[in-house]
Amino acid sequence: MRQNYITVVGLEVHAELKTKSKAFCSCSTAFGSEPNTHVCPVCLGMPGALPVLNKQVVEFAIRAGLALNCTINKFSKFDRKNYFYPDLAKNYQISQFDQPICEHGRVEVLVDGKKKTIGITRIHMEEDAGKLVHSGATISTSDSSDVDYNRAGVPLIEIVSEPDMRSAEEARAYMEQLKAILEYTDVCDCKMEEGSIRCDANISIMPEGAKEFGTRAEIKNLNSFRALVRAVDYEVARQAEILDDGGHIVQETRTWDDINGVTLSMRSKEEAQDYRYFPEPDLVPVVLDDAWIDRVKSELPELPAARKERLVAAGIPEESATLIVTTKEMADYYDAGAKQTKDVKGLANWILGDVSAYLNNNAITIDKFKVSPEHLAGLVDLIGKGVLSSKLAKKVFAEMVKDDEAPQALVKKLGLEQVSDAGAIGKIVDEVLAKNPQSVADFKAGKDRAIGFLVGQVMKASHGKANPGMVNKMLKEKMQ
Amino acid sequence: MKVTEKDVKYIAQLSRLAVAESEMQKFTEQFNQILNYADILQKINTEGVEPTAHVLPINNVLRADEALPGVTNAEALKNAPAVHNGGFKVPRVIE
Repeated sequence: MRQNYITVVGLEVHAELKTKSKAFCSCSTAFGSEPNTHVCPVCLGMPGALPVLNKQVVEFAIRAGLALNCTINKFSKFDRKNYFYPDLAKNYQISQFDQPICEHGRVEVLVDGKKKTIGITRIHMEEDAGKLVHSGATISTSDSSDVDYNRAGVPLIEIVSEPDMRSAEEARAYMEQLKAILEYTDVCDCKMEEGSIRCDANISIMPEGAKEFGTRAEIKNLNSFRALVRAVDYEVARQAEILDDGGHIVQETRTWDDINGVTLSMRSKEEAQDYRYFPEPDLVPVVLDDAWIDRVKSELPELPAARKERLVAAGIPEESATLIVTTKEMADYYDAGAKQTKDVKGLANWILGDVSAYLNNNAITIDKFKVSPEHLAGLVDLIGKGVLSSKLAKKVFAEMVKDDEAPQALVKKLGLEQVSDAGAIGKIVDEVLAKNPQSVADFKAGKDRAIGFLVGQVMKASHGKANPGMVNKMLKEKMQ
Repeated sequence: MKVTEKDVKYIAQLSRLAVAESEMQKFTEQFNQILNYADILQKINTEGVEPTAHVLPINNVLRADEALPGVTNAEALKNAPAVHNGGFKVPRVIE
């Protein structure tokens, strides 16, 4: 880059709502069924079929809006967004255009220890499209595609952010926070791999000091946090190269190619998109009153931000608390464990340390983790009480992950009890002192470091079982 | 003339309608007639009047979130010009 540019990112996040039935018909929303088995005249776009709005969709949209600090509009309506693509049987998508259900929200994120507020422009309700299975390896090498309308009509909320993010990391932090809030409020199951939460990014750059944003590219097909970060970085470099060479950016839709790590231009047609939005005559407006909104507000669960504050108040460092509350499952795991131990900091360290490492290595999430929070809390307490050194605790942990055996029972079974018996330790201490006269002399000469070596020798002789605190104390006493 | 033949071609393309060259002039005239009628309506003072979202004075027609069986796969595909693996087989989607 010859010049310094400022990155500007806005995200459009689509989240599938956790309803049992579709937005405008009673077909099931179950994932992974045989193609075209959850379909009816409404979602197949048969002439004359009439949509009827699912009440739970409105309920979830209000809940998400309140959790994201939005104004809930008391009047909102549906519109038709017209376009031709085989994934839409009706040739239009029912969406909301000029009067969405929620507006003017915000989310607070933490990036590199700094708090930042990201604005939310709007949240609107709409229906998902069907799924295309291409005959070839990619869309461009396929002669035909098979359309499955099971997903057509599944309710979505689209959450549109302000262009407030200035780096890939901020975009990631926003997306993570959004995902956490949608999980906590239970409006979406947020399985990125199943496409229940998806993200498009509007990315542009502007020279440092410029007053106006540059021309943006819209990047589609970002199916993971990693893809989002890589796509932002790639796009920024691509656009900077064009500007450096004196060119200008074309406003266009591009798709993220995850295998090659590049974005590719999608629309080759000469015409720009013209969706010809107009009010959906088959659906009546949604009118909300204070009583409805207040009831949803009163039913909101504890949100990630409040939960983090609670953890911080309990003595967990802010960065650790932020990591723990990132997923509801991990936060619930922590809470269950925290009921069993006073050493919540130790518990948090284990969750973020050994537990997270284990989960990563085995590519599983904490809800699939075998060790119960109660047993992990028990392990933390055994360290606190001096029964186990942290080194031996790791050995016990390695056994616990297999069958969730109680740590106390495993300590006995593995013969790992820490020796805190003064007589037994004293004997080893005497032997070590006798074998290492030079170190004893060094210590007496004021070389404090010698004690470290002697402690190590005692620990080694006790196979790691001696209580290190006692060893230290006893060595000093005996050398005086 | 507000609407030109070029506009008619564009709208026909957006609507995926094949309009014959011989019909172009007729459609262009008809489009303009419709817009001229709309112009009469435009003259009415609508200050302070909310735009109509729906012609009927009703709101909140909602159903309970209950999943019910729809049609079978065979029924769904009955009118499909081509079928493959339980799906509607469609020609290549991009140019």
